[in-house]
Amino acid sequence: MHQRKDQILDFSFDAVTVLWQKGTNVENKTPILQLRGITKRFGDIIANEKVNLDVYEGEILALLGENGSGKTTLMNMISGIYYPDEGEIFVKGQPVSIAKPEDAFHLGIGMIHQHFKLVDVLTATENIILGLKEPGGLDLKKAADRIKEICDTYGFEIDPNQKIYNMSVSQKQTVEIVKVLYRGADILILDEPTAVLTPQEAEKLFNVLRNMKKDGKSVIIITHKLNEVMEISDRVTILRKGQYICDLETKTASVQALTDAMVGHAVELNIDRPQPVDPKPRIMVDHLTVRSQDGVLKLKDVSFTANSGEILGIAGIAGNGQKELLEAIAGLQPAENGDIYYIEEDGSKEELLGMDPLKIAAMGVSLSFVPEDRLGMGLVGNMDLTENMMLRSFRNGKGVFTDRKSPHDLAEHVVEELEVNTPSVTTPVRKLSGGNVQKVLVGREIASAPTVLLTAYAVRGLDINSSYLIYDLINKQKKNGVAVVYVGEDLDVLLELCDRILVLCDGQVSGILDGRTAQKNEVGLMMTKVGGGEAE
Amino acid sequence: MTNTVKTPLVHITRRKNIVWYRAWAIRVIAVILALILCGIITTFVVHINAIEVYKTMIAGNFGTARKVWFMGQDLATLLIISLALAPAFRMRFWNLGGDGQALMGCFGAAAVMILFSGSMPNWLLLIVMFVAAIVAGMLWAFIPAFFKAKWNTNETLFTLMMNYIATQLIAFFVVVWENPKGSSKIGIINQRTQLGWLPDIGGNKYILIIIVAIVLAVGMFIYMRYSKHGYEIAVVGESEPTARYVGIKVRKVIIRTMLLSGAICGLAGFMMVASTNHTLTTTLVGGRGFTGVMVAWLAKFNPFFMIITSFILVFLGRGASEISTMFGFNDSFGSILTGIILFFIIGCEFFLNYELHFRKSAKKEVA
Repeated sequence: MHQRKDQILDFSFDAVTVLWQKGTNVENKTPILQLRGITKRFGDIIANEKVNLDVYEGEILALLGENGSGKTTLMNMISGIYYPDEGEIFVKGQPVSIAKPEDAFHLGIGMIHQHFKLVDVLTATENIILGLKEPGGLDLKKAADRIKEICDTYGFEIDPNQKIYNMSVSQKQTVEIVKVLYRGADILILDEPTAVLTPQEAEKLFNVLRNMKKDGKSVIIITHKLNEVMEISDRVTILRKGQYICDLETKTASVQALTDAMVGHAVELNIDRPQPVDPKPRIMVDHLTVRSQDGVLKLKDVSFTANSGEILGIAGIAGNGQKELLEAIAGLQPAENGDIYYIEEDGSKEELLGMDPLKIAAMGVSLSFVPEDRLGMGLVGNMDLTENMMLRSFRNGKGVFTDRKSPHDLAEHVVEELEVNTPSVTTPVRKLSGGNVQKVLVGREIASAPTVLLTAYAVRGLDINSSYLIYDLINKQKKNGVAVVYVGEDLDVLLELCDRILVLCDGQVSGILDGRTAQKNEVGLMMTKVGGGEAE
Repeated sequence: MTNTVKTPLVHITRRKNIVWYRAWAIRVIAVILALILCGIITTFVVHINAIEVYKTMIAGNFGTARKVWFMGQDLATLLIISLALAPAFRMRFWNLGGDGQALMGCFGAAAVMILFSGSMPNWLLLIVMFVAAIVAGMLWAFIPAFFKAKWNTNETLFTLMMNYIATQLIAFFVVVWENPKGSSKIGIINQRTQLGWLPDIGGNKYILIIIVAIVLAVGMFIYMRYSKHGYEIAVVGESEPTARYVGIKVRKVIIRTMLLSGAICGLAGFMMVASTNHTLTTTLVGGRGFTGVMVAWLAKFNPFFMIITSFILVFLGRGASEISTMFGFNDSFGSILTGIILFFIIGCEFFLNYELHFRKSAKKEVA
């Protein structure tokens, strides 16, 4: 405790209040889980440095920090995936060593990862008991009964006999949580659980978490969404750059103060939304229907227009046709039916469908695309910044040899302009952090002075600073008269940034709303049901 | 800061970067350990002084001028085939058909030599042989590439199977063109007239293939590093979605690169028939299409490093056969030693990428 006071005092927060909180509220309970001086290094990167953490019985603790602040690494050490280089872990006051996931499981610690670890062809029950070594024969009926019991206690809604591949993302997540509870966990760790959920589903999850808390379970929820911290947690612990910053009672904290603590300096939290300048139709999608290679309907009769000088937001649960829509416009996805027109300044229409990216460029259409999978599609991870800039320009010039001079200059320009944090332009991009990778990609795509800019999840995984930088870049393009299509997942951002919002549900247009007047709830309902209206 | 109970005995962490001298130190240690282990095995299993064995290996490669030239020729042949495979592997196209493609090159050159010697001037004969060898090699590479590009068939099995077809095809024609009659083999072709033989340079028949190999290595380095084609190959190999995203025609690149790969294999076949061996047998290529895979991968597709890796493999191979003849073992013992040394050389890659922390020294930090 003494050791920690200095760190709290260092922090510009109202340190006295925090200490006072500790004095009154915390000292009279013993933590169920304690971390002391935990350090973990990967090569020269320090993922966690002397981190302390306390979790008490029957509380929900939010672990708040930007991407790369070491939240997941820290939790992986509690759940036995990594082993700390230094430091101690205590469970119920006893020092413990957690070298493998089984150790964590025996100590009653269970983690729900961001990427689910379920077998698709098995049922919920089969997945839950998979790997358990219970005495006696396999009794699926008994297991299903116990699962029902757990579900009733906490308010989960799952059918134990349903196969995983028939489940929605939210149902899969429920199975993961039940799996952990079935194994008798008292401490549950959830890694960014709401990233894949609609607002309504997130609300349901929060209710379940509150029920668990009532039952005396301890819950750690990893997140970087401040509104969630405020809504669900009792206490919040903040990490920054791998270091423990402070912990405080949620009810004494404000969103602005938490953000400043997380980022390390004051941050302006409003997203700019200039009025569109002279919007004219630029891309017209008309009755577009797309099927995947295995015949699954991905887009059904989609029609809309994207205007110049305007940001058109696309909202929807992940996997509802966003990817196919952007790729169809970019010439990467064949369609079954419909048309995509590019409308020139003089109003003449040109068909884009059936063209490949080269032909689109040859038509004189400058179309830039920031795909969702940055390192798998937008960039080549093993190539350096210059070589990645070359992706768009390597054909330039006559002769058989590539010109490296201009991409090299472009790389240096992007590094300088967008403040890319990289040792040099000869560093492979996979060695950069997520935010810097995205800056390289966006920098290259806007360098060609596009008239259409398609972006998919442009700020996914980025910290607050980088996210705002990307919003600024997108707004700058909008002011230059570019037609921007912004596929996003964070509804708050979509509602603040976009001029219009198209909601996709099941590959269909569920509705197109005015970004300035749309309500979050309205969008959420449209995401789960075509046309919105009362779900359930 | 107290030491925790039950720390795991070792834990493994990934290295971020490794300084070059440390990397080479690890490689040298690996080779020394391999030699020590080989020494122990030779001493206790076959009761021969290990130093003698190593001396024999060196003598097998460098003992006489003739041996040195022979090794140079062996190295050059292996290098040409490895250079042929490099662009395909850079593209992540698992071309295991180097043997078959080179063998078809031999077949093309030998067929022209046998059927058309004397019916055209020697210079024209050589050109026709050259073209036939390259076309045959390209054909053998084009078939699996086409199926891969068009129907996404598995190129590993396809190219592998093409090797057997090539071997059997040659087995058949060896009997058809047997010389002398009844021997079931083709002896030296045009021994007397030397028609279709490439000229010896400075009276040495091995210099020419060595020059060809060096020129090809430089050419391949430039092609892969600086040409637009080379860049496309790299992008396709790293990520097909990225290639499509920037409008690279993946199918076209696959077929074009495999045609190049097959053409160079065909060239290797032409050199073997026209310059060094002047005959055709089913074992003429001798598995170099497979050894070449190892050469290319060990060198991470850098043509200049490939000179070093092909030297290591040729040195070990020739050393091993020298041991067998000198000490009267069968081939297996030499292969055991070669295997151990390669195992250590490849295995040390792990220590270049990861480091181990032992329980006692867990707190001691490596900078």
